[in-house]
Formats: sequence, structure tokens, C-alpha cells
Amino acid sequence: MSTTPQPVSDVAISAEHLVRRFGKVTAVDDVSFQVQKGEIFGFLGPNGSGKTTVIKMLTGLLPLSGGSAQVEGLDVRTHAEEVRERIGYMSQKFSLYDDLTVAENLQFYGRIYSLPADRLKRRSAEIIELNGLGPYLNRLAAQLSGGWKQRLALGCAMLHEPKLLFLDEPTAGIDPVARRQLWDLLFELSGHGITFFVTTHYMDEAERCSHVAYIHYGKIIADGTPNSLRELPDVQPRGTLRIEITTTEVTRALRFARQVPGIRSATIFGQSIHALIEDHFDLHDLREQLLKNGIAVAEIRPLAASLEDVFVELTYKHQALLEARRA
Amino acid sequence: MRDIFRGFGAIFYKEVLHVRRDAGTLFFSLTMPLLQIFLLGFGIDTNIRHINTVVYNADGRRESRELIDRLTNSDTFHVIRYVQNDRDMNDLIVAGKVRVGVKIPVDYSDRLLHKMSAQVLVLIDGSDSSVAGQAINVTTAIGLDESLRRVLADRNLMAVDMRPKLLFNPDSRSPNFFLPGLTAIMLLNVTTFLTAFSIVREKERGTLEQLFVTPVRPFGLLLGKLLPYLGIGFFELCLILFVMRFVFLVPIHGSVLLLAILSLPYLFAALSLGILISSKAASQAEAMQLAFLPILPSVFFSGYIFPRETMPAILHPISYLIPATYFINITRGIILRGAGIEHLWTDGLALVAIGSFLLIVAARRFQNKVISA
Repeated sequence: MSTTPQPVSDVAISAEHLVRRFGKVTAVDDVSFQVQKGEIFGFLGPNGSGKTTVIKMLTGLLPLSGGSAQVEGLDVRTHAEEVRERIGYMSQKFSLYDDLTVAENLQFYGRIYSLPADRLKRRSAEIIELNGLGPYLNRLAAQLSGGWKQRLALGCAMLHEPKLLFLDEPTAGIDPVARRQLWDLLFELSGHGITFFVTTHYMDEAERCSHVAYIHYGKIIADGTPNSLRELPDVQPRGTLRIEITTTEVTRALRFARQVPGIRSATIFGQSIHALIEDHFDLHDLREQLLKNGIAVAEIRPLAASLEDVFVELTYKHQALLEARRA
Repeated sequence: MRDIFRGFGAIFYKEVLHVRRDAGTLFFSLTMPLLQIFLLGFGIDTNIRHINTVVYNADGRRESRELIDRLTNSDTFHVIRYVQNDRDMNDLIVAGKVRVGVKIPVDYSDRLLHKMSAQVLVLIDGSDSSVAGQAINVTTAIGLDESLRRVLADRNLMAVDMRPKLLFNPDSRSPNFFLPGLTAIMLLNVTTFLTAFSIVREKERGTLEQLFVTPVRPFGLLLGKLLPYLGIGFFELCLILFVMRFVFLVPIHGSVLLLAILSLPYLFAALSLGILISSKAASQAEAMQLAFLPILPSVFFSGYIFPRETMPAILHPISYLIPATYFINITRGIILRGAGIEHLWTDGLALVAIGSFLLIVAARRFQNKVISA
């Protein structure tokens, strides 16, 4: 959380101490964060951690049980209608009309936002150009592939030129190429000054965000740029080093690594092991020990923490904290 | 003020596209009621005739045979068996082969000749009340007639001569009575289902949630949904009226224009009911179940089949809550009795009130749903 107050005009979303209860369950627990204009804000967390609930609160679909939120400078509790005029929203499920064509879906959204005919025409042309929808205009939405459906959904969500777009898992269930293309599109739009609030499960997508926050059991446990998170003391404690051990026998290597004093944690990543070791550890010595146990090692090299490492470490810490509190 | 209907035009536009694209459903929902009109119009005759009857004539002389002839000539009774003992007569009634058993005792002719009262036993199966009622009426009338004829044997003058005259439906044609009521039920059926489904489908697909994140307001959404189906319902009404007039030859005594105008508030009420149902149902299957709920009360409490006057006093107010009650009064009024707006404006007003109430309740439910979605 940044402590220096930002000039209001640069803030797209400001959430302060958001709370949402469903009966006895607190789904969102004292959540605060700020999103600057023009950022791609990645909102991450496991399923059921409260991501969608936060989006619903910020778009005025769910009343707040506590706290306050400003979206584009408007209080969502009192100005939900105005907020909805200014934002675009794209849900995780494809929620356009299958039995309408691409052009008809665009036309429908244009009318929803009461765009005058000439502006609707201009915006449609821009969106069709930008999202490459031209060849598909007269095709029924049902006949589009997952990636094209998402492009159309994005197109509809930004037809009224919102400065802020909420994308709830926009890439769930679409193929890797379409996923890459969608992100390229987001970057391009972000270059035009549009702010994105994106939830995702994919860590490679998180790495591409300019600002990420991680929510776990309704609490934000990480908030910052990807690089600043990698350097958090919880992730990279003083006097430790993160290494990658490449080997053909990952499972045996993992079992061995977990017994060695001085190796704080170890996890398998494909054909390698990521381990957090104390920096007095001699890497040559480690290779010898592995060989002595019959484990051939191709390479051992230092490694920067990935965002996945960051979230795994923080989740363990938070889980331990929750359990300690419960005990 | 325009703001509370925000999104109306957009939803209307989209809904018309849905209907056009799904021509199969449209065709189906338009032809099903017509099919039922044909089936019921040709199949149902509310006049009870040809009741299967068994006769046990223990007497067998001329007087007794005359009586049997009078029964069969009434067109109400159809004698299918003659038996020779009480047990056979009873068995036939219990087995359901006949509805009525007539027993003429052995001394029937003797008693008549001696100017004494002769008794005839008429056993009637009471398991169908309308058949039983008709059998009682006709046998009593024949008995009375027969007695009078013997008492007044030489004089030809009746002391009191009742001359009933049926107004509006002189031939007691069933379609004339049946089809105007059926029109109301069919319209209710089609419109309720269509609107309920069109909204529940959006719930299932998640498009409704998407709409809630846009500036669309509940009234804009609901009216945009309602109007296209109002058009369909109106078209259906025209089809039904056409079939009624030119296939079943039901004469329309009043103004067709008035009927068309007064059908709008009825359609509005039926569509609002569909919308209310959709606000409750989470799936199309659930919507289907709920949409069936109003059908039976509309058939039985509206006066469509049974007169409302015979309802118990406690239940009578229910009939005032049912839109079909008013519309059946309107259709029968205009088609059969040639009633005008001066006779029917209260019914129209009641329908507008019911429709508005249902729509407002539905809109409020959607407003709350936005909050708890």
C-alpha cells in the first residue's frame, strides 16, 4: 500500500478497507489498494478468494458491508449508475448473445450506452479495426472461436470509450495464441491511457502486469510491481539465494534436497528444482553431494524469484499465520 | 423520467432479433394454440346428449313402451340394453357401461288404468355431475309432461306456458360458448411462457449479469422484453379470432376493434406475470413449472368452464385476482352479447391495474437481484 497520497486525478480506483460479508462468512476482509490511471492492474488469487466479489463491489453490483471505494473519482455506494456509465466490464463467462451476429452485438451495446448514431458508427469502425473483427461481422457469435468471442466481448465492453475496464479472467479457456494476442491488444489499449483491472490464474499474465495484488482468503497479502514483490523480505529473506537445479531425476533430487540442512525450501518446476538456500552454501559441494547419491545434475544456477515463487511463499506464510491465529 | 426506462430501445431491438432468429420457436408457439383450438372446438360439446341407458321393463305393456319411446325421443337418452332383472341393471351401472338405469315396475300400466300414481325408478350414476344433472332434469320433465298429458287428457290448454328464449347463443352451440373463453387461456399460455423463458435464458447464459453492469435500468429492461412479446400475443389473438369466426363460424356481435384494444391490457397483465415468474426462476425447467401454476386457476376460477357464481363465498375473491376472469368477460361480452366499452371499461381497468402491479413487483425484484447477484 502506498503511503504517499496521490493526486486524485491520477487514481482510477481507490479501495479503502473494503469489507463484504455473506452471512457469517467474510468474503472480503479489510481490502485496500489503489490503481493508477493507465496501469494494467493484475488482481490475483486462488478460486474463491474474493476476486469476483471485489469486482462486483467496485462495479456497484454488491453493496459494501464496510469501507469505501472510489471508481474514476465516484463513490460506488452513492453513484453506482454513473460508475457504470464510465466503466466497461467483461465477465469470465462469455456473456454476449450467441444468436446475434458480431455486428448486431456491437449495435446492441452501442444502444445500451445511448451512443448517438454517428458516434456509434465511428466507434464500431474503430473497434472492428482494432480487434480485427472485420471478416466476422455477419457471423453469429455462437460460431466464433473462444479467442474471437473474447475479442468481441472486449470490443462491446469498450464501445462507449470507458477509461477503465474490468476483465474477470478474460483468458480462461482460450488457446495460448489467442491468449497472447489478447494481451498484445491490452498493451496497445493501455498505451492509449486505458486502465485495466484484470483477474487471472496465469502467472505469465501476472508477470506482464504493471501492478499486481494477491488476495488470499479475502485478504490482500501482496501489492506492488512484480519486481518490488520479488524483493520482499518474506520472499527473499536476507542471506538467502534462490537457485535452479536442472536434473533428469527431479523427484529423487527433491527428496534429497529437502533433507539437506541449509536448504530452506524446494519445489519442482518441470525438469528442475527451485530451491531457496542460505547463501553460505557451496554450490560445488551441493553438486558433489547429489552425485554421491546417484543424481546426475546438468546445471545449478542462481535464479530470480518468479511471481509464482512469490505467491507460493506468501501463501504459505499467510496460511501459517491463519492457522496460528486459529490455534 | 426518461432515465428509469434507460436501455429500453436497445433491449427491444435485441429482442426482436432474437425472435426473428428463432423462427422455429415462434412458429411453434403460434401454431400450438391454434391446434388446441381446433381440437377443442371440434371435440367438445357442452350439450349433454345420448347418455347410455339400460331399461328393465317388468311391465311390458303398451303404456310402458310409450314411456320408453318418450325417453329415447328426448335425444338425451340412448338405450343400449334391455335387461330382465335388478342385478343386471345394477351391474351395468357399476361397470360404467351405462349412466342411467330405468326400471318400470310390473304394475305400471295397471296403476295408470286405475288412475293411481305409477312409480318409475330411475337410477343415475352421480360420478359425473353434469351428466347426472341433465338426466335428472330430463326424466323429471318427461314424468311431469306424461302426468299432465294424462290429467289434461281431454283439454289442450296449459295453465302456465313457460317460453324460455336463449339470447345471444340461440342454438346453444358449444363453440360459441367455448372458444371466446379458450382464447383467453391460450393467450395467457403463450405470452407467459415466452417472456418467462426469454429472461430466464439470459440468467442461464450470464448475459443478464452483464446487463446489470451497464446503465440499463430495470424498467427499461423489462419493458424492452415485454413489448415484442405483446406484439406476438396480439398477432396470436388475431389468428385465433380469424379461426373462430371463419372456421367455427362464431358470429362476433360487438366491435372487433374494441376487442383488439381491450386485449392489450390483458396481454400486458399476462406478460408481466411471465416476467414475475422469470424473476423467481433460476433455470428454464423451473420457469416451466412456475408458468404452469397460473393455468389451472385460470381455467377453473375464471368462469371459463364453471360459472363463478357457484364458487364458495370464501374463494370467490380469488376469481377477481385472475386476469383471465376479466378477459373472458370481455371476449364473451363483445363476441356473444355485443357489449360495448360502456359495459366493459371496468374489466379493462382491472387488467391494467393487475398488470402494473405485477410489473412493479417484478422490477423491484430485479433491482434487488442486481444487488445480490
